Amino acid sequence: MAKAVLPAGYDVADSDQPIEIDLKEPWIAALLAWLMPGMGHVYQGRTGKGILFFVCVFGTFVFGMLLGEGKVVYASLPGQEPWRWQYYCQLGVGLPAMPALVQRRLVSQDRKPLFDGFMAPPLDTPQPWKDDSGHASKQPNELAKWTVAMHPRFEIGTVYTVIAGLLNVLVICDAYAGPLVLLPKRKEDGGGG
Amino acid sequence: MTTVTLWYALPLIVSVSLVCAATRHELMRPIMHHAVRFGAWVVAFMAVFMGLLALLGRLA
Repeated sequence: MAKAVLPAGYDVADSDQPIEIDLKEPWIAALLAWLMPGMGHVYQGRTGKGILFFVCVFGTFVFGMLLGEGKVVYASLPGQEPWRWQYYCQLGVGLPAMPALVQRRLVSQDRKPLFDGFMAPPLDTPQPWKDDSGHASKQPNELAKWTVAMHPRFEIGTVYTVIAGLLNVLVICDAYAGPLVLLPKRKEDGGGG
Repeated sequence: MTTVTLWYALPLIVSVSLVCAATRHELMRPIMHHAVRFGAWVVAFMAVFMGLLALLGRLA
C-alpha cells in the first residue's frame, strides 16, 4: 500500500494537517486508469476525481468521435500512407480506442470490418465524390474523401481525440503517484549578498 | 477560420483546464480555483497569439 502526502496548507489554506492519500496498489490503479479514464481513482476510493476525469477525458474523446463521425480513430495498415501517428496518442484513453486494433487486424486479413467500418482504416482505392453543388469527382482514397466531406470536423475531431489520449497520461500519473505538488520557492533566510 | 470553428476550442479549454488542475490538487474547491485560473490564462494566451497572427496577416 503506497501513500501520497500533500503538505499542510497546500489544498486547505488554514489547515496545519497534511493530507494523506491512499494510493492502494499504484500499478493496478495506473493500469485501470489507462483502461478507462477515472477508473484507477475510483479503485483508490478517490471517487470525485475519478468521475471528474471520466467526464472530462472520456467526454472529450466521445465528442471528438462524434465530430469525426466515428472515423477519426483508426490504426493505419502496415505500409499505409499517411501513417496514422495520431492513433498512438488516441490509444492513451485505453479501451475506448481498442476497437481500432481489431478492425485493423480484420482489414489486414482481407476480412470485412465489423460495425459498418467503425474505427476501421480507410480504403486506399479511389472514391467517388459529389460536392454540395452536385459536381462529381474522384478522391484518391477514402481518407481524402472523409477529410473533404467533413471539413473541418475531421481535423477537429482528430485533435479532440488526440488530446483526450494525452490528458489520460496525466490521469495515469496522478493515479500512480498522486497530485503533482508545486510549492512556491522559499526565500532563504539570512545570508547577506 | 470562422467564428463557428473558434467555438470548438471552448469544450477543449474547459476539459484541459479541469484535468490539469485535478492532477495538481486533491480537493474539489482548489481544483476548481486552479481550473478557472488555468482556463483564463489559456484564453488570454490564445487571444494574444491570434491578435499577433491577425496583425501579421494585415501587414503581409
